[in-house]
Amino acid sequence: MKAIVSVFARDSRGITAYVTSLLAERDINILDISQTLMQEYFAMIMLVDLEACPLPFHELAEWLKRKGEERALDIHIQRSDIFEAMHRI
Amino acid sequence: MSYLMNSSEILQTIEMIDQQHLDVRTVTMGISLLDCADPSVERCAEKIYEKLCRRAERLVPVCVGIEQEFGIPIVNKRVSVTPVSIVAASCLDENYTPIAKALDRAAGTLGINFIGGFSALAQKGFTESDLRLVRSLPEALTETALVCGSVNIGSTKAGINMDAVRLMGQIIRDTADRDPMGCAKLVVFCNAVEDNPFMAGAFHGVGEPECVINVGVSGPGVVAHALKNCRGERIDVVAETIKRTAFKITRMGQLVAQEASRRLQVPFGVVDLSLAPTPAVGDSVAEILELIGLERCGTHGTTAALALLNDAVKKGGIMASSHVGGLSGAFIPVSEDAGMIRAAEEGALTMDKLEAMTCVCSVGLDMIAVPGDTPAETLSAIIADEAAIGMINSKTTAARLIPAVGKAIGDRVDFGGLLGSAPVIPLHTGSAKEFISRGGRIPAPIHSLRN
Repeated sequence: MKAIVSVFARDSRGITAYVTSLLAERDINILDISQTLMQEYFAMIMLVDLEACPLPFHELAEWLKRKGEERALDIHIQRSDIFEAMHRI
Repeated sequence: MSYLMNSSEILQTIEMIDQQHLDVRTVTMGISLLDCADPSVERCAEKIYEKLCRRAERLVPVCVGIEQEFGIPIVNKRVSVTPVSIVAASCLDENYTPIAKALDRAAGTLGINFIGGFSALAQKGFTESDLRLVRSLPEALTETALVCGSVNIGSTKAGINMDAVRLMGQIIRDTADRDPMGCAKLVVFCNAVEDNPFMAGAFHGVGEPECVINVGVSGPGVVAHALKNCRGERIDVVAETIKRTAFKITRMGQLVAQEASRRLQVPFGVVDLSLAPTPAVGDSVAEILELIGLERCGTHGTTAALALLNDAVKKGGIMASSHVGGLSGAFIPVSEDAGMIRAAEEGALTMDKLEAMTCVCSVGLDMIAVPGDTPAETLSAIIADEAAIGMINSKTTAARLIPAVGKAIGDRVDFGGLLGSAPVIPLHTGSAKEFISRGGRIPAPIHSLRN
């Protein structure tokens, strides 16, 4: 299953390293990555493959959210279908 | 497949959900109860409870799973059933409240938000069972928490059943005297649709399959946000912007509908292309009308702006879904829309303007608090006016009126949760008693003869 991981934060120091190591810890493969600054906010979007991830989706989502909160990051994971459905005919 | 190119689209979707209240308003499972008939009302109720608990057992967990995986809230999980007046027609008992209680119990067991279908279709006349159901409504709706009822009293094909109009005025009155909240769960329809996923008017029509999944989308906040970038543009740009936004909203509803259908192994019925507001600030249909250029919703120009909105929502949504149905359009429930509440409180939005707006919105007079001492025949006359608009214009119209017992014009009534709150608005005081007491049937209009 492919999913989109989105990360929002006020500051960008060390975030990419922190989040990618979280994903590696759970055997999640990053297929694509994009970073952007929106006003003072840092936004990172990753397309990931969950094929090898041992955790059920909702547990993974909760774990990422919790790990994000430890560093004042807002981390969401959603199946990529929703973005395709909304923006692609 | 590269998402690098599309991060702005991804951010746009996330922003719609996080900041603009984008959600799937309801996933409604329609379930046929035609096989639950029994001469004993208690046995019929038992069969209904058992069937609902079996059929809809996985509805809530499946919806929660979809919410978690797709990151899109599904605000309501609901069930609609075959109109109970049909299911209970062979019951020998006069009072159908035990069936309403079984529906309520099933809703509690399943963990759903509402269950609809304590209903009767009486556009041309009452069966004995229709009458028993209608007379059970005041008790059934006030002694249950999650049961919604509806009565269809007219159609373009059949005309308007004025006996039913008279009776429903009295039933609303009686329900309000027991508990005005009961009236928030009762809709009187003209041209009711069989696949509507929205409450309080959802029921599972007899032309529907055994079990079906219908989805209602929402998103006034997303449309309002898009219109903020259209200031000063010509009205064509406004219409186009609404269409494009409605397309995106509906695509998401279609995805959720397909996914729910697949996981539950229940056929997908329709997506209802609706702008359903909530009392939350920024999730208001009235705000959209004001962004189109009205100082306050309800002023001159409101009907035209609403007509444009309603039409553009349908045009944008139609290509986004394989099957569109239900009520599809913009809802204007007064108590459930922060902008409508404000406009009504300021006196900008009156009963007469609301009636005009129902000529072009998706349904009708919805969640309107009227003075607590409104006589039954005045309620009937409002229903008749609303039904006439539906009958002549071949559209669904409805009345969900709440006589606020013990309250006067301007007082605020709180319904709680998504039902919101509303000020009591003034009605005309001239009597329609003689008109309503005539009874009979208003003949179907000439354009009903289309064969």
